[in-house]
Amino acid sequence: MPEPTDFTSRFTSRRGLLLGSAAVSAGALLTGCTSNDSKEDEQAASNQPAADDQPGKEVTIGFAGPQADHGWLNAINDNAKNRAKKYSDVTLEITEGSNDTAAQIGQIETLINKKVDVLVVLPADGKALTQVGLKAMRAGIPVINLDRIFNTPQAYRCWIGGDNYGMGLNAGHYIGEKLKGKSGARVIELAGIDNLELTRQRTQGFDDALKNYPNIRKVARQAAEFTVESGQAKMAQLLQAQSNFDALWNHDDDQGVGAMRAIEQAGRDDFLMVGGAGALSAFQAIKQDNGVLKATVLYPPTMAASAIDLARALGQAKGIGGMAEYEIPASITLYSAVVDKTNVDQYMSTGFK
Amino acid sequence: MTQPVSPPRDSADKMPSANEPPAWRALVFRADVRTLSLLGVLAVLILIGGVTKPDEFLDTRNLQLVLTQASVIGVVTVGMTFVITSGGIDLSVGAIVALASVWATTVATQEYGFAGILFTAVLVGVGCGLVNGLLIAYGGMVPFIATLAMLASARGLALQITDGQTQIVSVSSILDLGERDAYVLGVPPLVMVFAVVTIIGWLVLNRTTFGRRTVAVGGNAEAARLAGIDVRRQRLYLYLLSGLCCGIAAFLLIILSGSGQNTNGNLYELDAIAAAIIGGTLLSGGRGTITGSVLGVLIFTTITNIFALNNLQSDVQQIAKGAIIVAAVLVQRRTASTT
Repeated sequence: MPEPTDFTSRFTSRRGLLLGSAAVSAGALLTGCTSNDSKEDEQAASNQPAADDQPGKEVTIGFAGPQADHGWLNAINDNAKNRAKKYSDVTLEITEGSNDTAAQIGQIETLINKKVDVLVVLPADGKALTQVGLKAMRAGIPVINLDRIFNTPQAYRCWIGGDNYGMGLNAGHYIGEKLKGKSGARVIELAGIDNLELTRQRTQGFDDALKNYPNIRKVARQAAEFTVESGQAKMAQLLQAQSNFDALWNHDDDQGVGAMRAIEQAGRDDFLMVGGAGALSAFQAIKQDNGVLKATVLYPPTMAASAIDLARALGQAKGIGGMAEYEIPASITLYSAVVDKTNVDQYMSTGFK
Repeated sequence: MTQPVSPPRDSADKMPSANEPPAWRALVFRADVRTLSLLGVLAVLILIGGVTKPDEFLDTRNLQLVLTQASVIGVVTVGMTFVITSGGIDLSVGAIVALASVWATTVATQEYGFAGILFTAVLVGVGCGLVNGLLIAYGGMVPFIATLAMLASARGLALQITDGQTQIVSVSSILDLGERDAYVLGVPPLVMVFAVVTIIGWLVLNRTTFGRRTVAVGGNAEAARLAGIDVRRQRLYLYLLSGLCCGIAAFLLIILSGSGQNTNGNLYELDAIAAAIIGGTLLSGGRGTITGSVLGVLIFTTITNIFALNNLQSDVQQIAKGAIIVAAVLVQRRTASTT
């Protein structure tokens, strides 16, 4: 398909596109190999030891994250810990989470001095922690940068994180498909904290997706604060402002708990709701299918487990399975899958509280 | 005196008579100019709301909505007004609401149902207030520092209890109170609690010895002590009162949001202080008005409501909110100095 205009083709090609581009860029960057000969690639891949569950060389991984003051970050810590426990050859040095930039820099410097083999860092503030990422890399400790990105690629060996723009895009496409054929459809958006870049990216993705559906108009948008309390307050106002609309996208399942409470209190059920992030309560509501919530768009906390996998593979000088590359990619963007009734069981165990 | 039966206005102006106290006049005099100017600000806001969104704003459901959203912070502000009137400050109100709301919604507490949740929320609030009060009244700590310390530790404890997770309430008798079916004659239960707390607060501040002592301590603590008031005990009671209000507010918030979260009550301290100050309570103490505080809360909630109904984004909301605070205070100053 030369010009993918309809939703399904864009939707399905996205995963391939991302993996492909990550693989291509990694290959170009790290090995300088630009060969397109598939036979050669296959041979290379078969010679490359990929990391697997078999115990290998002992690896000490240092993990530094922000204070786990909400469900998603808490799930990040749990994912990292549980993944590390799974491997007998991995020792995890985990720091006390901190939202204070200076404190987090200190913690990471301590890990550098301890000479851990690999660092996994989820910075409280990506830009502010760039220097300490650079310091670790210069000290010969490869850094896996988790989610909140450093200022420069020099500060990490591999970045892995979620796709905020993709969340908005997929939420918009899901709603677009559901409202297909409905003329004059009205959509509202309950955003997260407005002065965060991720909120603007999510909104941008959502707006871009809706452009594909000329029958849909976004009639209102209010920003909450990722908290239950703010979700309830803002949603109650939105419901009063819009006496009829067809769909709602809520950026975050935590504030969604409050938003759904407001919807219940207003006695409204005349629209469909799509959430964001992937909280357990949202999965359960989708599975029960007795309210307005029909789907949620993932921002998967399992990325922390993947980061541990990547760190272990780096520490053991191995590649990752399922790819033709000698080396681990420089950048991995996760896919913001839409979870609805049809596939919710598969994701239930990843839901966070 | 030109007429044998003079209208009350004339008699009051020209010849105040002890036999015929004009009741309406006394009422107007008592409602001081500040309160009237606040009512003016609120009237202007209602006019703006009514003009920009006539259908959505001038609607019973919207009135219910605004009053419901004002209830939680309103109850906190009543307690805060007492503390500020006494010359103190309570920076820990938001953190106490957070701690009380998460403690009251743990799995263990929820097993005790409605009473367990209510009891825990109030007890945690009072407990925190007691610690604040003891530190300030008998530990000699400055209120700013003592309650700042409480803010930090209560938030920390709330985080420790929840582990960052959202605690969803499954007790149906609690949840039902937030539904429309629970409204009595169109009044939501939350609003009733807010009204009762306001009335009691008004009576206590204006009609009891406790209220007069509070004003006296705020006006001049040394003079109050010399006049025989136990200033330290009075201060202890005031922080207890503020804690109690936080506990009640936490309970209302649990009903409203159907959950407990450690992020609850975010920046309540600033909202409550702002509402009290705009209402006419002196930050330096010695003068306090419950009516003004409640009007302050209603003004803020109405602004938020009008902005949301007009789909204005948070950047505009924040700028306008700041401007309105300044405008309201300036208007008050002017009206107060010219009359």
